[in-house]
Amino acid sequence: MTGSGELLIMLALIVPLFAAVAIYAVGRMPDVRETLTIVTCIGLSIITITMFVRTGAGDPPSWVLARPMAGLEIAFRIEPLGALFALMASVLWGINSLFSIGYMRGRREGNQTRFYVCFALAMFAVMGIAMAANLFTLFIFYEILTFATYPLVVHAGDAKARKAGRIYLATLVGASLVLFLPGIIGVQIVAGSTMFTQGGLLFGKVDMAAGNTLLLLLVFGAAKAALMPLHGWLPRAMVAPAPVSAMLHAVAVVKAGVFVVLKTSAYIFGPDLISVLPAAGWLLWVAAGTIVIASVIAMTKDDLKSRLAWSTVGQLAYITSAALLPAGAGLVAGGLHMLVHAFAKITLFFCAGAIYVATGASKVSEMRAMGRAMPIVFTCFFIGALCVVGLPPFGGAWSKFLLITAAFGTLEWATAAAMIVSSLLGLLYLVPVAVRGLLPVQGEVASRGFIRPGGAPGSSVAALMVTAGMCLALFLLADEIVRYLAPIAERAP
Amino acid sequence: MIALDALHAAPPVLTLHAPVLLVAAPLIAACAAALAPSGRIGWMISVTGSVFAAWMALALVGETARHGLVTYTFGGFAPPLGIGFHIDGFSAMMALLISCAGVIASIYSGHALTTEVRAEKHTLVQAGFMLCQTGLLGLVSTGDAFNAFVFLEVSSIGTYALVAIGESRDRRALPAAFNYLIMGTIGATFYLVGLGFLYAATGTLNMVDMAARLATLSDSTVVQAGFAFVVVGLGIKAAMFPLHGWLPGAYAYAPSLVSIFLAATATKASLYLMARFVFDVFPDGAAFGQGFIHWVLAPLAATAAIVCSIQAVFEREVRRILAFSSVAQVGFILLGLSVGAAAGFSGAMLYLLAHALLKMTLFMAIGGLALSLRFRTLDDIAGIARDAPWSATAFAIGAAGLAGAPLTIGFLAKWRLIEDALHAGQIWIVVVLAVASLLTLLYVGRMVEAVFFRAAPAGAQRAKEAPVGVLAPLFVIAGLCIWFGIDASLPEQLANSASRALMGAL
Repeated sequence: MTGSGELLIMLALIVPLFAAVAIYAVGRMPDVRETLTIVTCIGLSIITITMFVRTGAGDPPSWVLARPMAGLEIAFRIEPLGALFALMASVLWGINSLFSIGYMRGRREGNQTRFYVCFALAMFAVMGIAMAANLFTLFIFYEILTFATYPLVVHAGDAKARKAGRIYLATLVGASLVLFLPGIIGVQIVAGSTMFTQGGLLFGKVDMAAGNTLLLLLVFGAAKAALMPLHGWLPRAMVAPAPVSAMLHAVAVVKAGVFVVLKTSAYIFGPDLISVLPAAGWLLWVAAGTIVIASVIAMTKDDLKSRLAWSTVGQLAYITSAALLPAGAGLVAGGLHMLVHAFAKITLFFCAGAIYVATGASKVSEMRAMGRAMPIVFTCFFIGALCVVGLPPFGGAWSKFLLITAAFGTLEWATAAAMIVSSLLGLLYLVPVAVRGLLPVQGEVASRGFIRPGGAPGSSVAALMVTAGMCLALFLLADEIVRYLAPIAERAP
Repeated sequence: MIALDALHAAPPVLTLHAPVLLVAAPLIAACAAALAPSGRIGWMISVTGSVFAAWMALALVGETARHGLVTYTFGGFAPPLGIGFHIDGFSAMMALLISCAGVIASIYSGHALTTEVRAEKHTLVQAGFMLCQTGLLGLVSTGDAFNAFVFLEVSSIGTYALVAIGESRDRRALPAAFNYLIMGTIGATFYLVGLGFLYAATGTLNMVDMAARLATLSDSTVVQAGFAFVVVGLGIKAAMFPLHGWLPGAYAYAPSLVSIFLAATATKASLYLMARFVFDVFPDGAAFGQGFIHWVLAPLAATAAIVCSIQAVFEREVRRILAFSSVAQVGFILLGLSVGAAAGFSGAMLYLLAHALLKMTLFMAIGGLALSLRFRTLDDIAGIARDAPWSATAFAIGAAGLAGAPLTIGFLAKWRLIEDALHAGQIWIVVVLAVASLLTLLYVGRMVEAVFFRAAPAGAQRAKEAPVGVLAPLFVIAGLCIWFGIDASLPEQLANSASRALMGAL
């Protein structure tokens, strides 16, 4: 079966790459271009579902693409976390494309071909990250992701967007060059390879000082995870159009960051090494601080997308904390939260985008009583908000429950407390947006009407209903996913 | 994957005489080109000479990979009395680099010269160019220190004239050439003076012999003075910080044929000779030992990498950005050499090859654009990607490689360099490399932003896409930048064999 495994990986890389070229070629015909995007998304989803199933059945595909130099390999191997990430990203790309079509046409945005090409390239990079068998390969695609998404951040082309773009590049590339790359090379020198290994590549190979240094370099180097103080790029990147914020800054880019942290923790350091490294404890404090501070800042933001971005910063730190809890206790919960938060946050961003297209409103204070005119959108926002906060019957309930249990179980009181406090704060800054919209105080009327005839575009509303439905479905599927992810926290055979 | 030790590029008869043919071919071509009746024929002679030299270099690469060392004696006097060529892995790598750069540059010159230089001077330019190649190839092949001086001057004199010929495009070429002439001559004189001291102390000019005799002389002031003169002299030629003042002008205002070739080879040939002296001729401890490397070479190289990168960030003229970047990159290579004693030289060697390829791509893309558009600053090339997409693409490949983007040779070279520094336990060098890489990204980003993302100013002169004669060699090397980024086995073998040659002496 090796042959078909290689083919699957090859296809997962080639399909989005081919889509990028084809979309560029047919850029003058918007209908063909967007049909092509959707078809590619479906094709890629089929590929990732196949990989997901095969990995679950204990037959993970792997492929060595090239050996650039002695000791270095561009190689791919699927493991449960990567299979989940690839599946999540490709499915959400499809839904997001549906949303984008309505949004971009509704807003009459310029440079739409470049927009879809960059999206396809970003998916190529995400597939590479998800399937990478070692840090070297992962780094290559991690950098490609940064550069492929830069044109999307500066899409508006004005001074504010360009400034945000510069900060985006400077933070992400700067951290990857100064921290991530030396960290990876350090791993290569200590261990002779950078291969993701069950139970931890570095386990038993490093002393405390080297282990601490490498952990700090790798965790802070993955600045896409937006751990404070390297989080500044994320709220600023909200100048991008809503589909970009939804897909990239709630799903692909930021999740690539925490995915790196999870994989590094599980396969480079391993549960046993993480348990004894003091740096993991320091990072837990940083993450706990990030969780609380980001939630507090989110409360002060009136701009809805900005509020969502700060909430993302906090939620990403949940996953970083999960990755660094002793004995791998939080790895599975972190993986689950990565998935659940992606669906919940993309729903929220879709809603923000739909409201913006329909009415031009971007501030929370402008959205009071708007739920009368857009009941579906505001209901879905409500669902997404409850899912992020972690209330049943939504997927977020399980992931938060597992996370907080793991934190208590390993006696990390600060982490547990931060998670609880932040969830309560989330209840205060996310849920009221929907409630005030749907159930206005007596006599309150919407501040604006529709600026687009017919309100939010149909395809956009369809997209956000699907993701909101998934938030509900994940409540029932959580157990399956937990069982699927269980191998990542296992120790070396 | 090609294994170098299975490489039999030329028939045995030619391989036997490859060392001398390597240098004789361009020398003969230089004379022939000077006498050629037209620029076109001169160009053909130049291409033929370069291709033949590259063929011989390839044969030598195979020979050195098999035997480690190829010696060739002249006039029936065996070294150390007579003069001999002494070609090991390091020499072969350099010879291959120089001759291949010569092939690419000479093919490119067919189109470039017609717009850059007056027609009656074409044959002379080709002659000067071949002379320059002769000198550099001889320099890396010879085993005799004085002979190396002669070759260094042969190449330099060719270069001075070639830089000055850029005056038809930009009058600043004349002061730049004069500046280069003065500095270059001072450098050569220092080297010669140093050699005098060493000859006085050892009584030999053969490098192997000199190394053996220096090993018995410890703490000799004469030897130390000789070492200092040699290193400073070669430092000027190699544009080692802070002796690099001549380089930005010479690179920026020379005809593009010359900047392409110089950027890839000239400073690197001098670096070759310096590395020979520091690591090979002077056995550890004969002059200043590791102290020189730790307290002089590495700090200066680090300063170059940082300071000249900053200069490039704030520079506005395109060619001068690339020139300052070259000085900074020489710093990278020297940093790699400075950890070589502990970790091997393969990182530095790979970086040397990578930088040669990448800088050639950049200078050639710029040169191709300059055929239809007179420009100096970044503003002048704003939005040029719309008019000349292919040249701009090649430029972007070179730029990405220079910044160390993955999937280019630049990334692997930087990786190996950092790996070597970590192996040697020199954390501070890793920090310098990382910071300098960040600065590189800044100035590369400015160039790419101008070419691709900025709109051309209204009413600006429009560029035309470069002709096929330029695009073909351009895409050969741009393609190599990427090919070697995915499969670096060939440059890696060359670098390893060069590294072994230098390590052998340690």
